[in-house]
Amino acid sequence: MGGFAPLDRPIDVELIDVTKVFDSGVVAVDRVTLQIQQGEFFSLLGPSGCGKTTTLRMIAGFEHPTAGEVRIEGRPMGHTPPFRRNVNTVFQNYALFPHMTVFENVAFGLRMKRVPRDEISRRVREALQLVRLSGFEERYPRQLSGGQQQRVALARALVNRPRVLLLDEPLGALDLKLRKEMQLELKHLQMTVGITFIYVTHDQEEALTMSDRIAVMNAGRVLQVGTPIEIYERPTSRFVADFIGETNFLSGRVDDVERDTATVLVAGNRPVRVRIDEPLSVGSEVTVAVRPEKVQIVPLEAPGADGLLRGRVEEVIYIGTDTFYVVRIDETTTVRVRSQNDRNRLDGGQLLPIGTAVALSWAPDAARVLLD
Amino acid sequence: MTATATTSLQAPRRKRRLSAGWALLWLNVLSTFVFLYAPIVVMSIFSFNASRQMQVWMGFTLDWYARMVHDERVRVAAENSLVIALVSTLVSTVIGTLTAMALERTRFRVKRLYEGAMYLPIIVPEIVMAIALLVFFNLSFSWLDRLFGLQLNFGLGTITIAHIAFSFPFVAVVVRARLADFDRTLEQAAQDLGANDWQTFRYVTLPLLMPGIIAGALLAFTLSIDDFVITFFNAGVGSTTLPLEIYGRVRRGITPDVNALSTVMLLASIVLVLGSLAFQRRRAT
Repeated sequence: MGGFAPLDRPIDVELIDVTKVFDSGVVAVDRVTLQIQQGEFFSLLGPSGCGKTTTLRMIAGFEHPTAGEVRIEGRPMGHTPPFRRNVNTVFQNYALFPHMTVFENVAFGLRMKRVPRDEISRRVREALQLVRLSGFEERYPRQLSGGQQQRVALARALVNRPRVLLLDEPLGALDLKLRKEMQLELKHLQMTVGITFIYVTHDQEEALTMSDRIAVMNAGRVLQVGTPIEIYERPTSRFVADFIGETNFLSGRVDDVERDTATVLVAGNRPVRVRIDEPLSVGSEVTVAVRPEKVQIVPLEAPGADGLLRGRVEEVIYIGTDTFYVVRIDETTTVRVRSQNDRNRLDGGQLLPIGTAVALSWAPDAARVLLD
Repeated sequence: MTATATTSLQAPRRKRRLSAGWALLWLNVLSTFVFLYAPIVVMSIFSFNASRQMQVWMGFTLDWYARMVHDERVRVAAENSLVIALVSTLVSTVIGTLTAMALERTRFRVKRLYEGAMYLPIIVPEIVMAIALLVFFNLSFSWLDRLFGLQLNFGLGTITIAHIAFSFPFVAVVVRARLADFDRTLEQAAQDLGANDWQTFRYVTLPLLMPGIIAGALLAFTLSIDDFVITFFNAGVGSTTLPLEIYGRVRRGITPDVNALSTVMLLASIVLVLGSLAFQRRRAT
């Protein structure tokens, strides 16, 4: 999924140079600037402790920035308390009220806003229908499964028709299969209701699956913002390339630059050609990043075998749809290759045995030059 | 297969090598029952005795209970006890709950000092507190008299204040225990859904704390209804409570009507304590 979000939509949430320093002196969020558009599914992705949850909590109003500004619908939030912000949160542990039924839980926000009784019951029923939980009104949270509790939490937030829905790892507590189902369901729900979703996760696959745009965070900073395709195909830093998917890193030196292609010497002075976006000076130290699935692997004795790198198969890992090869180039360098198994053959095609001398190659477009 | 798994899970039975240890343990159990429960059982049984003498069993009767019900002094004492217990429970529950909230939720300068001072009534010997309150009331009354011409005397008021003073820390301890494992994201969720501070407290915090608060209240009630030492020192004319009444009667010799009264109080206490435990055990999640 993950189409490109058109840039002409109004901005719902804006963070301007937001910094959060906790009393302990820990800098949780470091000069973060983000613009999130109306109706967008926006993910904050990063390892635990990267500041993504703190960022979300500042948008919700549970924390206040040490410096910088949070704006919702263009209005600076300052110290506006959570109950005066037009956003709702789905908490990591759902935070359902244990002493209230499903109906009462979902009705809570409307009751606080003194919505008339019959409108409350109509809207609660609609919200429960939306998350496919009709008929569960009188149950208590403890009588529900994890997935059902999750949906109550969603309904409880959505029933208020917030401008923005904040989700803090809402699928974290579910098992893998249910999580996959809920990912699609969430995305579908978001497209149905058209509310802006800001989604915090440490699961890169989840972020890629659902998001229109992703902000990758590490150590309190936003490293890259882009569509899933941009983030996966054109990472701008080693951290992003490493955190999202799998990447081979080959350090080397720029040998030659002609227009948009550079030749970099890697692994014992072997030249590889890489497409570059920005000008690069000859002689600079760089890292060449290439995804395992972009590398083609051919036995050396095959007719016309030619490659950028040569090496020997050191490990073969069969995972069903694909096979991973670990190819040793020299003492310090190995390259992981992901090769799709022959789909026309029941034996999966012939796997290359350990020890095979192979040639590795990739298209110049398939590799990236990283400066850090 | 299943059988093997089950047996392998059971710990191998150990030989009782520490026979001296086992003997001591049994002795302990036995003396507990003899010295703790036997007197209570004897007392209860003899409240149904048809004889005035404690030593001989003359047959079953409910006379002593009937007499107790019609005894004017017992009625007055019971009324006093109940009024004191209800008022002091109400006030000490409110103060205790607020104290627990303040200690658990806020940071203030003299918090540690206050914490220590507040728990003092739990630790200090009751007689010390009784004397202290007596001296305090005496002094206060003479000052109030001198400054404002207020003539105040010992009575239900002083007893009630004294009971509040020693029971609210117990409430605070119980409520605080419940607050300690309170999931604060629930309050955040309420705020997130548009509840202001008061609404959050009213609809989320208070209902979830209620089992702890009720347990604390029952504890305070129990403490108040059977308190003797502090009550004795701070009572005045016409403010006799049940424990004081029983004491007064025992001084003239132990009679079955005292047994009956004590048995009723024992039952009431047991019910209250069990209620308190049940509420404490009731989990919100």
